[in-house]
Formats: sequence, structure tokens, C-alpha cells
Amino acid sequence: MTAGLWEHWVLPGIWITIQLTLYSAALATVVAFAVGMARTHRLRVVRFFAAFYTEVFRGMSALILMFWIFFVLPQLAGWALVPMWAAVLALGLSYGAYGAEIVRGALNAVAPAQREAGVALSFTPWQRMRLVLLPQAVPEMIPSFCNLLVELLKGTALVSLLGIGDVSFAAYLVRLATTESAQIYSITLVIYFVLAFLLTRGMKVLERKAKAGIGQFPEPGQGLGPWLRFRRPSAKSGELSSTGVTDVAGVSGITGVSGITGATGGGGAR
Amino acid sequence: MNHGTDKWDWGAVADFMPHFWDGVLVTLQVLALGSLISFSVGLLWALAFRAPTRFIRWPVGLITEFIRNTPLLVQLFFLFFVLPEWNIQFSAETTGTIAIGLHYSTYTAQVYRAGIEAVPVGQWEAAKALSLSYPRTWTAVILPQAIRRVVPALGNYVIAMLKDTPLLASIGVLELLQRSRLEAAQTFQYTEALTVVGVAFILIAYPSSLLLRALERRLVR
Repeated sequence: MTAGLWEHWVLPGIWITIQLTLYSAALATVVAFAVGMARTHRLRVVRFFAAFYTEVFRGMSALILMFWIFFVLPQLAGWALVPMWAAVLALGLSYGAYGAEIVRGALNAVAPAQREAGVALSFTPWQRMRLVLLPQAVPEMIPSFCNLLVELLKGTALVSLLGIGDVSFAAYLVRLATTESAQIYSITLVIYFVLAFLLTRGMKVLERKAKAGIGQFPEPGQGLGPWLRFRRPSAKSGELSSTGVTDVAGVSGITGVSGITGATGGGGAR
Repeated sequence: MNHGTDKWDWGAVADFMPHFWDGVLVTLQVLALGSLISFSVGLLWALAFRAPTRFIRWPVGLITEFIRNTPLLVQLFFLFFVLPEWNIQFSAETTGTIAIGLHYSTYTAQVYRAGIEAVPVGQWEAAKALSLSYPRTWTAVILPQAIRRVVPALGNYVIAMLKDTPLLASIGVLELLQRSRLEAAQTFQYTEALTVVGVAFILIAYPSSLLLRALERRLVR
């Protein structure tokens, strides 16, 4: 393989793959939280539509969804998306549906007494979600989200079929130019493996930080702040604990939600 | 036939249906053989994870991690373009089936592993107390209990495999997506063929997942 081809296609391809993963992951996270929280909503109709969304997008093949958005949507609705955004939309919607199950599982794993405690403190439903449930559920979601992200990274290879110049497409082009299939596809596989490895390591660090920050009960109005800052439990929160206030967020009893997919090595719910 | 300017053309759907059923047949064929490969190779991986020597455990761990963390599409291209260079010739359909089976075998291996680890230690001890041989301990005591637990999880992967069969269109296997692309290339109408295929996937996947949930309630207690 000549150096020119490498610089011209593969290196930019890696960058496009990373960009695609980031954009799709952002969309998937938004979808996952919106749909996942809707699945625990008290209104049956909201729950129904959220469940419908999950089943439809989990049942659909991501590749067909991508083709459908790229080829059919312009015909049906007159929206023509550039391939990149069609791909991000398809991957985000599809993986968002899997993420929604993770969010739902983690929210349901928060002890029921926590909800009741929220009610007792006369929190509104949104305050309960923001101040009581999410701070406890989010750290529990991280291992499963890590699996999902690796799946998403691998899923971005599909975009090469729309001609987007990611790593897989670069490999395809270089193969056409050089006919050195074994070499170029081996290198491509190694690139994906390294990216997945780095992603997993990064998520491990995040997981550790989240676990260290957990146990801090945010005061009303503080929201997810303490969790997002990843602070270790301070003496102040210990004092709160002794007064029983942190019992509202006493997280020791939460069972690992990672078991939802973890037991089957990730993606078990697919 | 009215392949006109209408947004949705039922005539095009009717024209596509014979090709659709041919595609379903190929998809199911790939799925059945791919599942068979993934279940059996996955079991081999899982047994190798428990091998007495680390000279087996480590390479197997590395290989399965590598296959699991790289995209199926690239693996598909690897097998499709590289095997002929090594003078190993398979049809596109066979290559696709092997790729999908091998890829998912690394997932099913994790499922088997969890299932085997979930068998209580007492069962191993009981087998030892009865002085059963090593192979007999596996075939008569451990595996029957482990496999019962893992059936629903394996089923999940069959559904996942079904949703990955459209990838085989990229190497020209005449499964559902490829049939719809060929149809669309002739009539210039992507809408009908792609929508029919998309809906078909949901219609197969959703009842299957319901069935699996029911099975899970029965088997895993």
C-alpha cells in the first residue's frame, strides 16, 4: 500500500469514523434519555408511544433504516439529507432505542422507596427525576452505555455503503487501487479494534469517577451538578448522611443494571 | 402498473412481492446456517475459555475479543476478498453465512460462559463425588443445566443476526435488501421495495422477541 493512499484516505477515514461515532452517540443519548424516561412516565399513552418507538427501531435493521432515510424519505417527504446526516440520524435513532432500554432498566432499578421519598419531600415529578432518580441511575447506566458505544462504533462501518469516506470506505477504495485485500482489511480491522479498546478504556475511567462521585445527594436545586463534577463524597455529604437526608439517595441498595446486557457480554437485549 | 409520480404505488409493491419471497428464503437460509455455526463455534470458544492451560485461554480470549470488537461488515469484506487470494473459493452466500456465524459465535460464547458459570459449584462437586469422567461431567451434568438457562439469550442473538443479514447485500448475496435494491434499480422506485423490507423486519423481529420473553419466563426461574 502506498503512503499517499494511506494519508489520503485512511487517516481522514479514521477522523470521519470518530466524528460519526460522536454525533450518532450524542443523538442516541438524547433519544435514549427521552424515550427511556417516557417509558417510566405515569401516563399510559406516553408509555405506549415510547414502547412503540423502542420496538419499531429495535426491530428494524440499522442498514435498512439508513437506506430508507437516505433513499425513501426524499421521495415520501421531500427531505433530502446529505449522506453523513442520513447516517447519523439512522444510527442515532436505532441505537437510541437500545439505549432507551438501558435508561429504563436503570431507572426501574432505583429502589421504589426513593420515589416515595421524593413524593414525601413534595418534589414535582420532574424534580424527582432530576434530583433523586437520575443521579442514582446514571452511574449505573455507564457500563451498558459503554457496550452500546462500542456497538455504535462498529455500526458506523455501515455508512461506507452510502459512500461516506469513513475507514471502511477508505479500505474499499485502497483495495480497488492496490488489490492488496489482505493487508488493507487487516489494518482496517486493527484500527477498529484499537478505537474500540480506547473507547472502553475511556468509559472505564468515567465509570470509576462516577462511582466515586455517587453517594452525594444533590441538594434541591443542585440537579445533576455534583455527579457531573465527579467529586468524591465530601465530609459535608457524610454529615448529611448522618442526618438521614442522604437516605433519600442512599444508593448502596441499587443492583447493577449492567446485568441487563452485561450477563450476555453486551448487546444481549438486541 | 402505475410507476408514475405518486408517492406510494401499490403496483410496485405487487411487482416486488415474488422477489420479496425469494429474498425471505435466502435470508432464512443464511439465518439458520449462521445460527448453527454461531451456536456450535460459540460453545467451542466457551469450552476453550475454561481450558486448563492459559496457552489456550489467552489466544482464544484475544481472538474472540478481536472479532467481537470489529465490524461485521469489514470482516465480511475481509473473508470475501481475501479468501480467494489464498485460493479458498466460496460463493458469496457461503462466505456471508460463515462471516455472520463466526462473528456471532463470539457473542454466544459469552452467553455460554455466563450460563456455565451460573451452574452451582455443588454440581461440579457432585459429579466429582460420583466419579464421573471429565467429558461425562460436561455432557451429563453441566451443559444440560447451562444450556437451559442460555436459550433465551441465544434467541436474542438470532434476532440480532437476522437484523444483520442485510449487510450481506454488500457482497451481492440475494437476500431481502439486495432483492429490493435490484428491484428499485429497475423501476427507479426505492420507496415501495425498501419500505416493504423494513416493515418485514419489524414484523419478524417483534413477535420473535415476545416469544423469547415468554420462553425466558418459562426457562429461567
